[in-house]
Amino acid sequence: MCTLPESKTGIRDKTSTLSKSSDMSLTKKTSDLKKRMRDALMGGGQVAIEKQKATGKMTARERIIALVDPKSFHEYDLFVEHAGKDFNMGDKYLPGDGVITGTGTINGYPICIYAQDFTVAGGSLGWMHAKKITKIMDHAMKLKVPIIGINDSGGARIQEGVNSLAGYGEIFYRNTQASGVIPQISVILGPCAGGAVYSPALTDFVFVVDKISKMFITGPEVIKTVLGEEISMEELGGARVQSEITGNAHFFAESENECFEQIKTLCSFIPWNNIKKAEPFPKKPPRTRNYNIESIFPTNPRQPYDVKDVIRSIVDDSEFFEVQGMFAANIVIGFARLNGNTVGFVANQPLVLAGVLDVDSSDKAARFIRYCDAFNVPLVTLVDLPGYLPGVDQEHAGVIRHGDKVLYAYSEATVPKMTVILRKAYGGGYIAMCSSHLRADFVFAWPTAEIAVMGPEGAANIIFRNEIKNAENPEEMRKQKIKEYKEKFANPFVAAAYGYVDAVIEPAETRNMLIHALEISAEKVEVRPNKKHGIPPF
Amino acid sequence: MEENNDSPAFKMIIIDNVKYKTLLTKKFMARKVYEPADFNKVYSFIPGTILKVFVKEGAKVKQGTKLLELEAMKMVNIITAGVDGVVTKINVKSGDMVPKNHLLVEMN
Repeated sequence: MCTLPESKTGIRDKTSTLSKSSDMSLTKKTSDLKKRMRDALMGGGQVAIEKQKATGKMTARERIIALVDPKSFHEYDLFVEHAGKDFNMGDKYLPGDGVITGTGTINGYPICIYAQDFTVAGGSLGWMHAKKITKIMDHAMKLKVPIIGINDSGGARIQEGVNSLAGYGEIFYRNTQASGVIPQISVILGPCAGGAVYSPALTDFVFVVDKISKMFITGPEVIKTVLGEEISMEELGGARVQSEITGNAHFFAESENECFEQIKTLCSFIPWNNIKKAEPFPKKPPRTRNYNIESIFPTNPRQPYDVKDVIRSIVDDSEFFEVQGMFAANIVIGFARLNGNTVGFVANQPLVLAGVLDVDSSDKAARFIRYCDAFNVPLVTLVDLPGYLPGVDQEHAGVIRHGDKVLYAYSEATVPKMTVILRKAYGGGYIAMCSSHLRADFVFAWPTAEIAVMGPEGAANIIFRNEIKNAENPEEMRKQKIKEYKEKFANPFVAAAYGYVDAVIEPAETRNMLIHALEISAEKVEVRPNKKHGIPPF
Repeated sequence: MEENNDSPAFKMIIIDNVKYKTLLTKKFMARKVYEPADFNKVYSFIPGTILKVFVKEGAKVKQGTKLLELEAMKMVNIITAGVDGVVTKINVKSGDMVPKNHLLVEMN
């Protein structure tokens, strides 16, 4: 806010008489301003605030203060008032029109932030409420800093009719324009239903908190009326549902404070905007005493292991920040650092569903690959999969088109791409997991890698079908042919002979190879054909 | 980290003739097992009210023949026959309120 300049006496008669009264006016007006601010900062009033806390939720301002660095938050548009004309809205004073917008820093990292205030008209979105949000989003786009949105709203303000819809539309359009330009984070700390819920799903990362977040398009009442199906809000679109079943949420927390810690961690891994790279951190070696590749990896090729342990044995300080850990657990995605620089990991998880690719895991991986490509985060892919999940439900759900998303994302990505083939890489799965054909920059393989068009069992049955059929002892012949095929083809050397694998390396060398590859790819430039954009298999 | 004693939670999944020991997801275990669609049984896809019934038992119908009108979500939904055949049983009449997946018409 601006202060009145010190009036100089004697410039003009008018000025000198003004100077005396303006002094008094300044004090009076300042205390008037402070009163207005106090009233507006109370939001919906003490009663509404108490109600909010009674349901286990923090107030909007408390959330912002808890999330941003101390004393770094500056609020704007505190005195914006609603534009509602019908339904006696003219009489009502809604402080800030139910949303708090401003700028601040998170661990020194500048951000624009808005938080809907549930105590004011249920946080409902009216025209001016939306204008505040779109204004801070436009700021974020111009200033090239991330935008964080804390959603806690009953939805559209019915009294403002079409203007509420217009408000939402303006927000969604900006979500799309900002997508891939600045990081967009949505935090669902209350209901986010109907039209409102389209915004978080357009953003890059969605944070939910158990028992507090509720996301759905049509709520339980409508579902009951139309379909006769009874379901609670929590079961329909609560935090767990969005984290485990739908994949709409990327991070799940048990409390709001835990959620804020997760947001701070995420901010340390991602860059401010799409022109920058993430801030480098001090280099740290992995904790090889707790995570030793040799002891994690099983000798029996049919035995599962947790690929996250493999990741932890490679990365700085063994710190791996997993994204969407509860959804499609047969693939693992997340952020980590190699020699201080952020990388994005995509790894098959043999511990779950044998590490196959299916509809959900393809969606999960593809979107993360595109995020990393948009924001200059190099990709490291760890491969150990037997193929795609068989089943009519998968086929009818469109595993073809969903599986294609991974191929599309990898092929289109121009960030440095490094692949390490740990064990099985059969058929289409081998191609899809960032093979050299999709223009991976470096493909490494462990000695345990099996790069083949099929597993030995399946292949032997087809190639040696006649020998097995005509043998005296078909079962023995089958076993022998499987053994032959395995010795000849279930290894990385056939692929290496064609140059599809750049180096076969010892597992203990993986970290060094990856760090070296990252260092020399730092200025990588790859050109794609000139086009407005492709047509990915949405 | 991997130990040699088997975790009791591991299940078996078969991919390309190979058995893999692994954990299964909730979604995988809850998946709908495939059953081929039987067009001779006409079910309601949504709860609603029957407005009109166009055919009688014993009528010969072709694929696409209008069988009945079901009012739901403020729309008049027209239910048609999925295959050629003969109507054997009509379980509803005009004015009936039906839930989802209610067997409306049986054919042969």
